[in-house]
Amino acid sequence: MTRTLRNALLGNALLGAAFGLALAAGPAGAATIKVGVVAPFSGPFGVVGKSFKEAIEVYQAEHGKTVGNDTVEFIYKDLDQANPAQSKALSQELIVKEKVSFLAGYFFTPDALAVAPLIDEANIPCVIFNAATSAITEKSPRYVRTSFTLWQNTVPLAEHMAKQGIKKAISAVSDYGPGIDGEAAFKTTFEKNGGTVVDTIRMPLKSTDFAPFMQRIKDSGAEAVYAFLPAGPTTLAFAKAFNDTGLKAAGIKFFGPGDLTQEPDLPALGDAVMGITTTFNYSRAHDSAMNKAFVAKHKEMFGSYDSVTFTSVGAYDGTHVIYQMIKNSGGKIDGAKAVESVKGMSWESPRGPLTIDPDSRHVTQTIYLRTVEMVDGRLENVEKQSFPKQPDYGYKLAK
Amino acid sequence: METMFGIAVDGVAYGMILFIISVGLSVTLGLMRVVNLAHGAFAMVGGYVASYAAQSAGLPYGLALVVAVALTVLATLPLERLLYRRIYGSANELAQVLLTIGLTFVIVAGINYLFGPTLKRIPLPDLLTGTVQLGPKSIPTHRAFVIGAGAATLLGLWWLLERTDFGIRLRAAVDDPAMAAALGIRTERLYLATFALGTGLAALGGVLGAELLPLEPYYAIRYIVLFLAVVAVGGAGSIFGSAAAALALGIVDTAGKYLIPNFGEFFFYAALILILFRWPHGFFKGRTA
Repeated sequence: MTRTLRNALLGNALLGAAFGLALAAGPAGAATIKVGVVAPFSGPFGVVGKSFKEAIEVYQAEHGKTVGNDTVEFIYKDLDQANPAQSKALSQELIVKEKVSFLAGYFFTPDALAVAPLIDEANIPCVIFNAATSAITEKSPRYVRTSFTLWQNTVPLAEHMAKQGIKKAISAVSDYGPGIDGEAAFKTTFEKNGGTVVDTIRMPLKSTDFAPFMQRIKDSGAEAVYAFLPAGPTTLAFAKAFNDTGLKAAGIKFFGPGDLTQEPDLPALGDAVMGITTTFNYSRAHDSAMNKAFVAKHKEMFGSYDSVTFTSVGAYDGTHVIYQMIKNSGGKIDGAKAVESVKGMSWESPRGPLTIDPDSRHVTQTIYLRTVEMVDGRLENVEKQSFPKQPDYGYKLAK
Repeated sequence: METMFGIAVDGVAYGMILFIISVGLSVTLGLMRVVNLAHGAFAMVGGYVASYAAQSAGLPYGLALVVAVALTVLATLPLERLLYRRIYGSANELAQVLLTIGLTFVIVAGINYLFGPTLKRIPLPDLLTGTVQLGPKSIPTHRAFVIGAGAATLLGLWWLLERTDFGIRLRAAVDDPAMAAALGIRTERLYLATFALGTGLAALGGVLGAELLPLEPYYAIRYIVLFLAVVAVGGAGSIFGSAAAALALGIVDTAGKYLIPNFGEFFFYAALILILFRWPHGFFKGRTA
């Protein structure tokens, strides 16, 4: 038993060494530009890393693995949960040992924030594929973000709610950074548009039973609820409680950012999320030739497109930005200049038109209003309305 | 007044769900002296089996529940013979913790590999969807069903442990294994049966509680603190203790969340600390069932 195990390990080590040699002895002349991707590849959020990796591979399959003479190589590091210290250590390892020219990925806000001093010292651009707190890009001029922020999604939603004639609303958010961002964005915008926020509930992140919050929502007399919770078990339990305790039947309307109804969770959420109105930057069912090709390529390369969701386009467009920076620099990468070179850059993405705002270095994009519906036997977020050119409203907002 | 009634109803409903998913742990921990941290993993396995049986095999809810409990017990019996048997007794606490937490990781990885990381549901029959009216307050039918099932489990266990031959022998074997063996009680078989009872209850709780604690591979780790809290407050091995603890914690948590939601889990853990301070061995120290 132990003998075979040892042999297997030894074999692996030898194989690894052989690979290392093969890599080191790559084509002479042309350089390899390395991109370090830090994201959860295992654990409860493993599906995020998977969608990042697949989107990067789709991009490379479509656009090639080389820019000019240089080969672009992605190195993946697994960070299975929000852990700033570990994020910093992994990123440092990528910079010092792997000599990466770019950092990318970062699912959680604290993980993205932790690398600010590193990227400034090493002069390396950091392209954030997800982490959605507005304040991040303020911390270093070398951050570029291709995802969304809570403010970006919530402001058009709150305006839409006010336009629907809703006067009294209540906000119920999970008690952590993005939730509080969402609450602030909602309250400010909704009240500016003439509505009243009758109560703001902050729910503990670890809540399992949502019945008490439902009672409170009911008692508040609000016509509509704005809710934000991290995707997964909590969202399911919240949406179920909303239906089961009769709030849906009582005619209270349910609004929230699109994280609530992200595609991989839809089969499990099922009927519970029917009738929820969300705003978001990407739906897998987005009707454009480019998106259809994007989804089809996933199906072709990985056998299914079940995991395609907002994190996929975050990574896909992030990869596009990295390619563009390499192209602009002509192979000699200087972090600050590379970021400078993509400010104001516009392009067409599977989610619609994007522009990198020169000040916030965050993408200005179209936000879509959607509801969950059955399309060809699958639950999808169907876009009903679009709000073009939405910036990050939360950038440099005093906090 | 209406608020108080609402809190009481929701609190009891939540407490009963806590009870039904924790009582199996109380059985293994109290009667067999095994700190079974894999309890959550067994509950999760039960839930996944039921989910698979109902969704992919198309079995009705009741049958899926029975299949889930039966299969979970069958799957875990070899574990008792191969692993758990070696770590019985309070002298092995460290070994118990290490073994069962390791087992939990293995099960988490296995479930993740087989079923993927996304949420799974156990579809409810029409009979259990909708709401029932309780005075001015409506609660989900499923929850009313769980309250009923919890009460039935409570009485059934009490009867089994206090009023049957099996219960008498089991308590004898727990109190003094050597003496019990000398009197001709086959302690090994008793332990096997009790272990099966514990995992069966875990699976039952996993299935019935799935509406509140949704199934995903990290279920086993995410909720184990909750189960341990109930058993610690109730007193290991005490069935009525577990019920009292689950109800008390459920009501305190519900009241806290309703009245002062910003305090979060504060009231749950404050209650935990105060109760353990007053009764360090739980409400009912594990002498009787």
